Amino acid sequence: MPYLELKNVSKSFGADSEKIEVLKDINLSVEKGEFLAIVGFSGSGKSTLINLINGLIFPDSGEILVDGKKVTGPGPDRGIIFQNYSLLPWLTVYQNIQLAVDEIFPHLSKSEKEEHIKTYIEMVNLTPALEKKPAELSGGMKQRVSVARALAINPEILLMDEPLSALDALTRGTLQDEIVQIWDKDRKTALLITNDVDEGIIMADRIIPLKPGPKATLGKEFKIDFERPRIMTSINKNPEFKKLRNEIIEYLIEIGSERRVNDQVNYELPNLKPIMPKRFNWKRKKVTEKV
Amino acid sequence: MKVLKNVGLIIGSIISFLIIWNMASNALYKRAVSTTITKIEKLQSKEAAEETRKRIESGDPSSQPNSLPSPLLVWKTAGLLLDDAHKVMKKKQDFYKKMEKTNAKLKQAGKESITYTGRPSFLDQTITSLKNIFWGVLLAISIAIPVGILMGLSKRFKTSINWFVQIFKPISPVVWFLLVQMIVNTIMTDPDSDNAFVITFISVGLCAMWATLVNTSVGVSSVDESYLNVSKVLRLGIGKKIFKVVLPASIPLIFTGLRITVSVAWMVLIAVEWLSQSPGLGGFVREEFQNGSSSSNAKIMVAMFVIGIIGVILDKLMASVQGLVSFENKSQSPSPLSIMRNMFISKKAA
Repeated sequence: MPYLELKNVSKSFGADSEKIEVLKDINLSVEKGEFLAIVGFSGSGKSTLINLINGLIFPDSGEILVDGKKVTGPGPDRGIIFQNYSLLPWLTVYQNIQLAVDEIFPHLSKSEKEEHIKTYIEMVNLTPALEKKPAELSGGMKQRVSVARALAINPEILLMDEPLSALDALTRGTLQDEIVQIWDKDRKTALLITNDVDEGIIMADRIIPLKPGPKATLGKEFKIDFERPRIMTSINKNPEFKKLRNEIIEYLIEIGSERRVNDQVNYELPNLKPIMPKRFNWKRKKVTEKV
Repeated sequence: MKVLKNVGLIIGSIISFLIIWNMASNALYKRAVSTTITKIEKLQSKEAAEETRKRIESGDPSSQPNSLPSPLLVWKTAGLLLDDAHKVMKKKQDFYKKMEKTNAKLKQAGKESITYTGRPSFLDQTITSLKNIFWGVLLAISIAIPVGILMGLSKRFKTSINWFVQIFKPISPVVWFLLVQMIVNTIMTDPDSDNAFVITFISVGLCAMWATLVNTSVGVSSVDESYLNVSKVLRLGIGKKIFKVVLPASIPLIFTGLRITVSVAWMVLIAVEWLSQSPGLGGFVREEFQNGSSSSNAKIMVAMFVIGIIGVILDKLMASVQGLVSFENKSQSPSPLSIMRNMFISKKAA
């Protein structure tokens, strides 16, 4: 039985006349321990999809099952990493994680909690920044805190909503490695949403493109069975990697242009000449006055 | 270098302000003198007018006409008021020294001790005013912040109470004073109770609380969506959501409101003290206004400057507290309080 299952999920926003169907008939199943990446253009409804799974919003039709149970709201079984980090700026790194740990593990003693928090901060290599506020951290460090916070509640599935797209390429590379390493330790289910095909190939077991919205649906899936650990520098030279990458990108461009062709409407332009403002001629005015 | 330049600019503008003030007060003084003399000439005789002119020119303080006092006179009057405050303080100390034994006995017998009931000095009046504004602002905070939070959290509550806020917000302090007076004087009929104080601080609080109320409700209702998502994802309870997420996120706006509240309260306080016959700076100004002696105008001017300076100090104080509790203004220049805090922290670290 798949751990996460979406059955004919549709979601639209707005009132009747301005209703926009963002997602249409999404069917997806993720096995336990699998690392799935969903790749798509920006604005194709990726964040909507992950908010649905997370329980922040609810589908108009269809159902979402996590571990066989219907999603009725956010829960500690799903840890989420937001694109904009969503750290509380008035709390330190430690306190941000403490807020989560206090809520999810109320029965732990004070020292157990402290140990738990420090383990996860250590895991993302942030021990020196323990007492710092988010404003004093770089983007990569902020996202590390967010990763630690999501993992500290010990979720069954880790949801990542474009976690690295706000970071520079070098930081992104190291964080990709770190997240995969952490995931590799206990192989829990992970769902990554991204706009970067390379990121998907490096991190995931399976890539599914999301066709651009409105009425976004999932495209055909690509299996990725490169051996782990995948190292960016060596995998870059692998012809298999190049082939797969080109295949996915071509597919994405194809579905993108399909959408554009379908959307094309011929607008008839009115036959109008623009009225240009005339220059005011002072001299002529003076002449007429004399006359 | 830039600081020096700015200081130079400020000093220059202060000097020109004093020069203009001095010129204006000279002109007004001359006009007042001539008006007085022509009036006497008309009503009495030329001889009487001549005598008055001589008396004014001799510099006798009791015969000076009342007009805009000059900067020098105001400065001297400020000195006189300080001397007077010293005298009154000494008198008070002497009184308590004398009464020490009697008061101890009264205390042993379980009776109230005798307190000094002499004339308050200008300094005492200032302290009374500060006390009044403290209680007024405290009242404003204790009403405005909880109600503001409720308004920000619940759309239903906001809709049901918004008409009330809109109508009562623009009401003048004078009317608030009358309203509060009606109620307080009916409830507190004990002649020993300090009605004036109660009326003053309640009117000031009710008058000044609106800025905080509105800012709190706006701050609470406009908390960043991503912070709320965090509280949803962690499934925080309502209390934790308010105290750990919503309130800290809206503190910058709440404090902006508080700053406005404090400055409005100070502005309103003087008028309300005048009306409520309460002691304080407003009471001092009222007394001097009704006194009408030759030094009254100068004393009123001194009070005016003291009021202005205390207003600035209160505002700066609020700004420092705001800088201390707010997580936002990292780029702003450090406030004196935050510098002190940083010094303290670095000392601890060392």
